[in-house]
Amino acid sequence: MTDVLELTAAQALERVAAGELGSDEYFNAYAQAAAGEDLGAYLWRAEPASGNGADGPLRGAPIAIKDIFCTESVETTAGSRILEGYRPPYTATAVRKLSAAGGRLLGKTNMDEFAMGSSNENSAYGPVRNPWDPERVPGGSSGGSAAAVAGRLAPWAIGTDTGGSIRQPASLCGVVGLKPTYGAISRYGMIAFASSLDQCGTLTRDVTDAAILLEAMQGRDPCDSTSVGIDGGIELPSRTDLEGLRFGVPRELSADAEGIEAGVTEVFQRTLGLIRDLGAEVDECELPHSSHGLSAYYVLAPAEASANLARYDGVRYGLRAGASSDVEGGLGDGIAPAETELVSMYERTRAAGFGPEVKRRIMLGTYALSSGYYEAYYGRAQRVRTKIAQDFAAAFARFDYLVTPTSPTVAFRLGARAENPLAMYMSDYCTVPMPLAGLPAISIPAGLAEPDGGGPRLPVGLQVVSPAFAETGLLDASHAIEGAIGFDAVPPGSRP
Amino acid sequence: MTSNMNGHEAVIGLEIHVQLSTKTKMFCGCALSFGDEPNVHTCPVCLAHPGSLPTINERAVRYGLEIALALDCDVAPRSIFHRKNYFYPDNPKAYQISQYDIPLAAGGRLGDVRIHRVHLEEDAAKMIHVGQSGRIHGSAHSLVDFNRGGTPLVEIVTEPDLGSPEEAREWAQLLRTTVKQLGVSDVNMEEGSLRVDANVSVRAVGAAELGTKTELKNMNSFRFLERGIAAELERQAAVLADGEEVVQETFHFDPRTGSLTPLRSKEYAHDYRYFPEPDLVPLAPTDEMLNEAREALPELPAERRERYEAELGLAEVTARQLAFDAELGEYFERVLEAGDGAEPRTIANWVTGELVARLREAGDGDADPASSKVTPQALAALAGMVESKRVTTGAARQVLATLVAEGGDPGAIVEREGLAQMSDSAELEAVVAAAIEAEPAAAERVRAGNQKAIGPIVGAVMRETKGRADGGEVTRLIRAKLGAGRE
Repeated sequence: MTDVLELTAAQALERVAAGELGSDEYFNAYAQAAAGEDLGAYLWRAEPASGNGADGPLRGAPIAIKDIFCTESVETTAGSRILEGYRPPYTATAVRKLSAAGGRLLGKTNMDEFAMGSSNENSAYGPVRNPWDPERVPGGSSGGSAAAVAGRLAPWAIGTDTGGSIRQPASLCGVVGLKPTYGAISRYGMIAFASSLDQCGTLTRDVTDAAILLEAMQGRDPCDSTSVGIDGGIELPSRTDLEGLRFGVPRELSADAEGIEAGVTEVFQRTLGLIRDLGAEVDECELPHSSHGLSAYYVLAPAEASANLARYDGVRYGLRAGASSDVEGGLGDGIAPAETELVSMYERTRAAGFGPEVKRRIMLGTYALSSGYYEAYYGRAQRVRTKIAQDFAAAFARFDYLVTPTSPTVAFRLGARAENPLAMYMSDYCTVPMPLAGLPAISIPAGLAEPDGGGPRLPVGLQVVSPAFAETGLLDASHAIEGAIGFDAVPPGSRP
Repeated sequence: MTSNMNGHEAVIGLEIHVQLSTKTKMFCGCALSFGDEPNVHTCPVCLAHPGSLPTINERAVRYGLEIALALDCDVAPRSIFHRKNYFYPDNPKAYQISQYDIPLAAGGRLGDVRIHRVHLEEDAAKMIHVGQSGRIHGSAHSLVDFNRGGTPLVEIVTEPDLGSPEEAREWAQLLRTTVKQLGVSDVNMEEGSLRVDANVSVRAVGAAELGTKTELKNMNSFRFLERGIAAELERQAAVLADGEEVVQETFHFDPRTGSLTPLRSKEYAHDYRYFPEPDLVPLAPTDEMLNEAREALPELPAERRERYEAELGLAEVTARQLAFDAELGEYFERVLEAGDGAEPRTIANWVTGELVARLREAGDGDADPASSKVTPQALAALAGMVESKRVTTGAARQVLATLVAEGGDPGAIVEREGLAQMSDSAELEAVVAAAIEAEPAAAERVRAGNQKAIGPIVGAVMRETKGRADGGEVTRLIRAKLGAGRE
């Protein structure tokens, strides 16, 4: 039984296909592990399965779903008090496609409220702990998904990435995290944080599993007019060398980046050597505007969020503060009399329903869009965004892939950055420019390193970036690097 | 109107919202409905459930393009949807998806009025404020019906080119007819599928600068539009006459009292924080879409009026009436088609004059002739009979009365009621001679040169012939007999 938890999903599915492992046995090994977990990774867990799903390429495999994806009649909170008890009337396209491919919902994973955070400490339902060290954060916002995959509580999971919310927790938890090109996977049913940046992606044990999940989910969706899918689909990665490929190392996001830990730099440099050994050319390059990425991001993402989160007003669903008839949420008798009472209901509902980080970003975004400030903030940030995209285009004229450390640091202690939003925002320094340019990027475990100042050895991620919709190549190259790294460490305590 | 404005003139612009009669809503697949049970046409998108996304209704774009082209606008190669942010229960996303700096189309004209812009957006849900006033103030509680929420709207904004309440009403009617011809909306003001707001200001006659404008809302008929603007112009003129300044504000027209109430500033002083809608890609109509929309355009009122004047030789007022009243115009076209040799002018006069008057007498004011008992073929035949002098105009009126009441074939009615024009002049001369004898006093006064005295004699002839005699011929014969030809 425990052996099953150590398999990659691809390995397990081979055994299911060969009749060596029962589909339910596979599912229930994880259902049981999830039921007994103490990391805070799950907000909802499925019951054990019995004979209801061995069809399709995913053959009944269990999949953990970030609680930001709507799942019909299964509570979906996005980590927020304001959606406590909310049961969506529909299922997100990405989740529907996984079900159609034979996947089964294992559980809904914990997350930073509305995907706003880099430590998973902003969840209204408590933090998630890092399986490598329960006193440390798993990263965020897809912290529950990353911890579940790393902690053998799920074979794989899906999450969302807006400024690094898949790649950074993948890096901190020692798993593979893929953020596809903007538009590769439908956003329909994925609760919006910043619509022009949000993208669904995967958290897996290895690169091959990422390719399998991506192929199951990608595609144009008539319900999402910004979705386009990936032309030709995704091929399973097989590459074991990097002959003829050119890798660029953006100075601004590696050597020149502020606050990169010595251990992270060491692992990164060692990995560059492996990439050379595999036959690739490796050279330094520039992304001159990427150092402004965080500033632009913290104008644009809150601006979009301020509108996206305005619908949580207590009128139709979710929390409603105040009136006595608020429990069921419908427009019942004696509600919303005069306007002042209406405004007060809005205010009290949102004051009670949103956490401090969400409120901070709503205020930032509202301010940035205000009459008289729009051009100075939103307009300027959009121009920076364009410059960053141009930087990448120029770099990809010379290089096939770019590589950086995923996170400047290894997993930090719970509470270490909770009181300092700017320090927290720095966690995404290396991951923010890619979504601003809409590009795909993957984080793969590159080794272990001690944090600055000492402590346990913790995972370090390598970020690989490719041009838009080049995921097949990105996964193929990452597969070769993954093989050369040979990362086989597992979190202490998760091994029997 | 402008006469009592103490040297001031009115400057009026209109903002029109047209609900499109598409099958489904602007950004989701829910059916459009009017009068169904509340909240049955809803889905995750139009109820703004978390994670739902809008997609653009292609048919609404097509209808928007038809309106834009009919108003002679330039269509933007790539227009952008924006989010207009405000909290209200009728606005479930707390933003309305509308268009802002790059609308669907701009720079057009209809009649004498320039069109500033035409854009696409979505309608709000319907609020029902339970209580005496029917408005939120003083209501006990409020209900929301999301059936209407997300209905496609086209907003049309004019330049301030209208100079009086009458002009504003007439132009709004022309716009209504134009949109109705396109078949893209019911354009019913009472049901709210056509909503006209007015921006009103006054300025010294000849001044180049515009005065401070106020906005008038909720005028749900053409009559109220005219009355509302007239009332506001009077108010502004009075304010200026008192040496005070007009303050920019918004007024709500109350159709029951005809009065204007200012809305509290809170209800409209929003910072809408517009920004581009990231869930939608720019709207870039293809040449194919534009060509299809262009080809689908019917003959529009302005063109039709021109054709009626230039090709059919109709008087300006008749041409305008037929061109701007879509139902009457369509009926006229069908009478023309039915032919029967009558001149278009004769047919036009019968349609706009006698027929409209009879239908009004018979029933509702705006009766559609197409739904009356008078078929276009019958009216064509009747006009033809008048023109070929088979019946007199007077007799034809009697036939028309019968047609309005019972329908039927005018030829048969003439036959049955013996209304054919007298063609035997000897017979008519005998009737005239008898009438002169029967009215000796009148005959004497006519002989003495009193032309007006001829009336009783003509009346006697008409009674005797039951209107079958031609009035002009009768008058000529009487005068000849009495030696009183017109000097």
